[in-house]
Formats: sequence, C-alpha cells, structure tokens
Amino acid sequence: MSIFVNKNTKVIVQGITGKDGMFHTLQCRDYGTKIVGGVTPGKGGTNVEGIPVFNTVSEAVAATKPNASMIFVPPPFAADAIMEAVDAGIELVVCITEGIPTLDMLKVSAYLKGKKTRLIGPNCPGIITPGEAKLGIMPAKIHNPGKIGIISRSGTLTYEAVYQLTVLGLGQSSAIGIGGDPIIGTNFIDALEAFNNDPKTEAIIMIGEIGGTAEDDAAQYIKKYVKKPVVAFIAGQTAPKGKRMGHAGAIITGGKTTAQDKIETLESVGIKVSRSPAELGQTMYDLLKKVKAKKASAPKTKKQVKKAKHVRKKPIKKMSRKGKK
Amino acid sequence: MNIHEYQAKELMTKFGVPVPKGKPAFTADEAYAVAQQLGVSKYVVKAQIHAGGRGKGGGVKLVNSPEEVKETAARMIGMTLITHQTGPEGKIVKKVYIEEAGAIQKELYLGMIIDRTTKQIVVMASTEGGMEIEEVASKTPEKIIKEFIDPVAGIQDFNGRKVAYKLGLSGDLVGKFTKFVKALYRMFLELDCSLVEINPLVLTKDNNIFALDAKINFDDNALFRHKDIEALRDINEEDAKELDAKSHGLSYVSLTGNIGCMVNGAGLAMSTMDIIKFYGGEPANFLDVGGGASKEQVTHAFKIILSDEKVKGILVNIFGGIMKCDIIAAGVIAAAKEVNIQVPLVVRLEGTNVELGQKMLKESGLNIIAASNMADAAEKVVKAVRGAI
Repeated sequence: MSIFVNKNTKVIVQGITGKDGMFHTLQCRDYGTKIVGGVTPGKGGTNVEGIPVFNTVSEAVAATKPNASMIFVPPPFAADAIMEAVDAGIELVVCITEGIPTLDMLKVSAYLKGKKTRLIGPNCPGIITPGEAKLGIMPAKIHNPGKIGIISRSGTLTYEAVYQLTVLGLGQSSAIGIGGDPIIGTNFIDALEAFNNDPKTEAIIMIGEIGGTAEDDAAQYIKKYVKKPVVAFIAGQTAPKGKRMGHAGAIITGGKTTAQDKIETLESVGIKVSRSPAELGQTMYDLLKKVKAKKASAPKTKKQVKKAKHVRKKPIKKMSRKGKK
Repeated sequence: MNIHEYQAKELMTKFGVPVPKGKPAFTADEAYAVAQQLGVSKYVVKAQIHAGGRGKGGGVKLVNSPEEVKETAARMIGMTLITHQTGPEGKIVKKVYIEEAGAIQKELYLGMIIDRTTKQIVVMASTEGGMEIEEVASKTPEKIIKEFIDPVAGIQDFNGRKVAYKLGLSGDLVGKFTKFVKALYRMFLELDCSLVEINPLVLTKDNNIFALDAKINFDDNALFRHKDIEALRDINEEDAKELDAKSHGLSYVSLTGNIGCMVNGAGLAMSTMDIIKFYGGEPANFLDVGGGASKEQVTHAFKIILSDEKVKGILVNIFGGIMKCDIIAAGVIAAAKEVNIQVPLVVRLEGTNVELGQKMLKESGLNIIAASNMADAAEKVVKAVRGAI
C-alpha cells in the first residue's frame, strides 16, 4: 500500500516536449513509472522516445487511458493545463510548475469543486511511492521502500528528509510534496488522512514552513484523528517578517504565521518537532525506538519476542557514497 | 511587489474608487505648484515611502496654505523617515504627496486579501480605522468583519451591504460603500493584487466615502501580464542585490549575518539559514537558485553573494532534483574564475548527478571545504568563519 500513486498508476505528461518536461518524464519512466503518453498542443502525432504525444488531454485519455497527469507547462498556461486535465476526468493531477499567478489558482480551485480529480501542487516536487512509481522531479535513488510517510511544503527539504531516513535504514511508504504556493490542491490534512488510513505507513514526517496557517490546521487534525507517530519540522525560524522567502506562500504576514508560532502549536498537541533540519531522520528513528520499546514492555506473545530480536540496535551511520556508484 | 500611496491612488481612481484630490511632488517648488493648483483650504503633505506608520514618524503633516505646503515639503524631502516598518535605519524620503484634507466624520478599515484556507478573496473591514489592523485582530478579533467572495460569481451587492450594515453605516452611505468595495474588487482581480488595504477609509461630514490611505501589493507571479504595473516599481525602495537577483530569475533576500548561502529550493534555503543559526552562525542572505537554474544563473548568484562585503564565508547547499549538481559545480567554478574568492567556501552536494558535480569541483583545483551532510556543512562554515578551519 501507499498513498495516491502505485505501480498501477498510468501517467500522461502535459508539457512533455519542453526541456524539463522531457528530462523528468524519462527519469520517471526509468524509475518504472508507467508513462503512457504526453500532451503538447501542436505536437500531436510526434513522440518523445517512443512516448506518443497528443494535442489535447482528452485525445490522450481516449488513446491511452491514464489515471494521472504530471504537468510541466510554463506558468502563464499552467492553470489552463490543470483545468484541461480535470475536464478530461483524470483522477490525479500533479502540477510541478512554479510561478502560477495566485488568482489563476483561485479559478482552478473553484473549477475543481465537485470534480473527482485530486490536484497535488502546484510548485511542488511531486509524489513518489518508492519501488513503484515516481510522478515528479525528486532524485529517485535516495528513496527506499518502507513505512514512513512524508508530507512537505518544500521540495528539496523533502529530499533531505528522505535521505536522512534512508541513511538510517528507514524506508518510505510514499513521499509527497504539497507545494510552496499559497493556493494548493492537496493540503497537509488530505495527505495526513491518506497516510493515517494507509496500513503500510507506520509513522509520518510533516515538513512545514512560515506563512499561512496550514500547519495549525494539521496540528488540530493530528490531535483528533492521527494515531501514528508524527515528527515535524518548520523551515524559516530565522526568516524576517514581511519578506517572501522564495516560495510565494512563505511569508510572515502577522497573525500566527511565524515558525515559532507553528512549532508551539505542533508541540502543544504532542507532536515531536525537530529543531534542526539535519535531525529529522534521527528524531524519527528515536521516536520509533521509543514507541517499539513501549510496545515491547507490554505483555508479549512468543512471535513478538522473536521479532523484537531483529530490531536494529544502532543506526547505520552513513550510507556509503562509494557503494552507490 | 509594492508601490507608493500616490501610485495606488492613481490606479484606484482609474477603477472608480474615490480618493481625495491630490498629486505627487518631487521638490518643494513642485509641491507649492500642486497646492496652488488644488486650491483648497486645508492640505495634507505625506512622505512617499514603502512603509506604514508614517504619521507617527513625522511623515504626514496637516497644513493650511500652499506656502506651508512648500515649507513642509522642503523639510520632508531628503529626510530619513523611521517608522516601525522601516527598521532602525529608516528610509530617505524622495517625494511627497499633497492632497486635500477633508472634514472627517469617522475612520474605518477596509482590506482585501486572498484567504488560503477557503481559497477565496476575503473582504475585511473594521470600525477601528487608522489602527494597526494586526493589533485589532489579536486584541479584539470580534471587531474584524470578514466577507468571503465567491470566485465564480464574483462580488455581489449583498456582499457590500452585509459589510456596510455591520460597520454601522446607514442611508445612502450603504450604497456608496457597496459601490466602493465592488470597484476595489474589480481592481484586485484585474491587476492581480495580493493585498489591498485602505486604512483609514473615511466618512466625511458631507456624507461621502473615500480612501484616505492606500496600500496595494501585487502578485509577483502575475507581473508577466502587467508590464504597466511592473513599470511602477521604485528601485530606490528596494534592495539592489534583491533586484539584481530577481532580474536573473533568482530569489534573494538580504539578511544581517556574515555567512553567504546558496541553496536550491526555498524550504531548503530557509532551513539552511536555520541550521547556520543552530550552530551559532548568522546567515547573510537567503538565496534560492530555484529548480531549473542555468550555469550562468548560478555564476551570477555566486557573484551577488560575493558582492556583499559582510560575507566572511559561503555555504553552498544543494540537493539536486530538477537542479543538477554538475550545473551547480560548473557555475561555482565559472564564478570562481571571474571573481577571486577570498573567503572560505563550504560545499555540500547531493542528489541528481552528484558524482559528476563532485568530480568537477575536485578537479577544478578550487580550495573547497567539502561537507558530507547539512549539519556537517553548517558546522564547518561556522567554524571556518571564526578562523577555526
């Protein structure tokens, strides 16, 4: 199990003929993702390394029966591309594009209402279920199949978390970047709900940042519904007020939008917050050990005792770089 | 992007939002001419800087004649205005705005922003005009009126009426207010605003409504379709390095520390700043080279960092996804060839094409302190800046 994508996900790529679109489409295909087609208006009938290209999403849908679309279309045309995918009835749309005007996303959000499409992003790295499917721009090889779910507003910080987990021998069930824009599709709560319901996910890492109140909403949701261990990190503890820190959504605007406010809210509902971005993996590792020890101290069956012997005592300190070559 | 009050008022006038009669002036003589042209009995002279709280800092003066306007303008232009939003260094006043001072009955607050949670534009209003709205929101949240606008139907008369009656307006002021809010909403949509704030919105003794102050922020992501708005940018109000970075497609924010950072991705860039602080250092900047930066962009980013005299060490932290590590390496090497790097340089590379990137850096002969992870990198650069490496 996993969330949103798996080995059966069939993907088309909107903007497949662009530089980034093409590069990452092929990377995803190399990873094993089922890429069945692409869309670029005016380039229908051509192909990208054997992947058929169509003029419209509905043509691609008719010919290839995808259930997901990955979007690399430039910002001025990206909202249109998302709505085209929604119109064609695609179940999952992952929009990688950064820099879409906020008012365009308001239109998209309104358009999505009542439709069956789930939107991930925009301005996000995408989503990966290690060993099964990658719909996004994340570097594939740092991931390992496993039991930790990751949700993040930031791309590269997601990679950081994944890498730290992998080095410690902890794999990932799925890792999703929900995007750094003020208006996004899938939010923390949607992803938390999915991970909470996913039997394979044992624990969750949630990476937030300054700006907005999405982390506070997530904290309340976790308190109420999530029974799995959660480790969080909030980026931007040193960010000045009123300055947009790269992401359109990362700006302290007054109210409870600073990192400190968010950390306090998360901790107040019992979530373990890592203060250093370099200790996300270790924090999760320690938390899991504690949870396991707690379980172990409860009366055990014979089978559990046997299993417990295989729990690794010490983390593997480092993933050998040479070994990876 | 921000603009000045006088520019905001010009835009609002185009959309039919009533503002007092007024004009900007760049010199005292110009101010005198503007006042004579206005020909009213009372004037307000307002310093034009991109910061609020001007009144308390002495940047807003009420006067009675064109002569006094001239005197006041002469005093204001060239002065350094310090408000709670400018920081202790303040801002130099380059121009003033002269407008008619009306007989004010009541001051209200009116704002418009995009609400992230409901994904709608929300109209915010309060009877506490002229106050810091954040303070009102935290101390007396019940005094903030919120009206959410359906993005498909757009603003309706009833939206305006609801707010008007909650503000305690009556008679024909309700209709005037509704018209005002609708005009403002149309401007918000057509100009891709991210925030519009009228504080205060005033009711006059002769039963009229107008915007006494005006603040407009625009969505940077939408400027590509508003060249006329882009042209309103006042480069005197912005950080030169930030502007330079922007023109090269980079995202840069000046900070006060001495460790320059070059990172890909906003989240990682912010947390790189955080971890520098965690190890006892202070970041000199936020710099996100973004997803698909070219070698030339990386080179330029490096030059911007080096142009900051405060910088005593540099930390490059890259986790390649879209960004390939070899491009970063090529950019660093090219920059190092053009600019003589005198400060310690710590580089941490990971992700797409990491082996190639590391190989290129190694073979470049540059004096680079390699780091194996984020913590190691932060620790090393903090030590290096202190002269401990």
